[in-house]
Amino acid sequence: MPNGNPETVQTVIETRGVTKRFGNRLVLKGIDLTVRRGELAVLFGPNGAGKTTLLRILATIMNPTAGTITIDGFSAKDDAGVIRRKIGVVSHLTFLYNDLTIRENLDFYARMYDVPQRKERIQETVEMVGMGARLNDRVGTLSRGMQQRVAIARAVLHQPEILLFDEPETGLDQRIISVLWDNLRYEKGVKRTIVLTTHDLDRGLELGERFLVLSRGTVVYDNVRAQVDTSLLRQTYEQWAGVAI
Amino acid sequence: MSFLSKSLAIARKEALAEMRTREMVFAVLVFTLLVLVIFNFTTGVSPQVVHDIAPGLLWATFSFSGVLALNRSFVREKENGCLDGLMACPADREVIYAGKALSSLVFMLSIEIIALVIFTLLFNVNVLSLPLILITFLATIGFAAVGTLFSALSANTRAREMVLPILFLPVVLPVVISAVQASEKVLDGKSWGGLSPYLQLILAFDVVITAVSYLVFAYVIEQ
Repeated sequence: MPNGNPETVQTVIETRGVTKRFGNRLVLKGIDLTVRRGELAVLFGPNGAGKTTLLRILATIMNPTAGTITIDGFSAKDDAGVIRRKIGVVSHLTFLYNDLTIRENLDFYARMYDVPQRKERIQETVEMVGMGARLNDRVGTLSRGMQQRVAIARAVLHQPEILLFDEPETGLDQRIISVLWDNLRYEKGVKRTIVLTTHDLDRGLELGERFLVLSRGTVVYDNVRAQVDTSLLRQTYEQWAGVAI
Repeated sequence: MSFLSKSLAIARKEALAEMRTREMVFAVLVFTLLVLVIFNFTTGVSPQVVHDIAPGLLWATFSFSGVLALNRSFVREKENGCLDGLMACPADREVIYAGKALSSLVFMLSIEIIALVIFTLLFNVNVLSLPLILITFLATIGFAAVGTLFSALSANTRAREMVLPILFLPVVLPVVISAVQASEKVLDGKSWGGLSPYLQLILAFDVVITAVSYLVFAYVIEQ
């Protein structure tokens, strides 16, 4: 159904019955997920819940074993290329080449995304993450936090409408995090749609507009901020994650 | 156009990273030099012996140095999850294949040219002739094409250094054997007509194996 239309499609991310199996292990068990345009959805879950797998499937890096994914009206199966242009991914892994400089890394990704006026856009994004002075430094020589800032610059280089964040704050200090969130939330004055995974409940509650708990491959809680009962959410998370918060 | 420009971007990135570290160039060149020097000492300088072993020696060197290079092809992509970064880009999986195969081809050809020069100097046999360079070029296309596929396949295995040659060398054997025999004909002073069946065989292998590798790469990389 390649009929994406930003004016009319209010549901930007929709998954139906998404299942992922690795050998005999069922990692995702029929995920039904809906994220509306401009929403910041936080996906909580303990390690091994399937958060990263779900985000990789949403980013079309990986195919589901079963189920359908629609992003902005485009089918992930038939229009993966269109979807990838709309999405920026930040993971706890940086997707950066240690042997290349920041400029070379960003230039490579800019070429892959057909970014027009590459030089100017690279400068703009590195300034945004406060790494303008280190443009010619090799990524391998940077601290973990600096690498993560470059990874964020890489993810927004092509001005995506949707951001998928898998534990994006790895290694970043609080001051940088708040500055970055202000810049990441909007693209050309329009609120971005963001899916964020975290196992930090307090941080997720602070940022999110919609909250989901993923446990053992199943969504066990789904609610919007206006209706969320924080203590119930904590209870649910504790129950399904098997940890005390 | 987008396919070509993105494949070239990947190949360019590979070249940049290699120029920065020179890890692969150094390892493969040292290996190539060592093999040729050791054989030079063991066989002596008897022209007849050199003539007899030259094709086999050359292609054994090319094959194993090629495996060494291909082993590293996807290792860089595993660091920091770069393969996921590549796969999240708006490009078909085949673009990744083409870029990687192109960079492996250029790298292997560069090493082979150096090896041919070293061979000529050490063994006093001129292997820098046009027919031999053409054979090397055509055989390396098939080698890089299928090697890139198996390199991607073995990258996710724990013992990839062992897995790659075990899987890859039997598949590429027809092209290596054809190349050895064609090289032998060149050293025997045979005309282009004598080489023709071997060149056709190598060319056919290149076409078939490149097409198959290209088609199954997406499946391999997504597993």
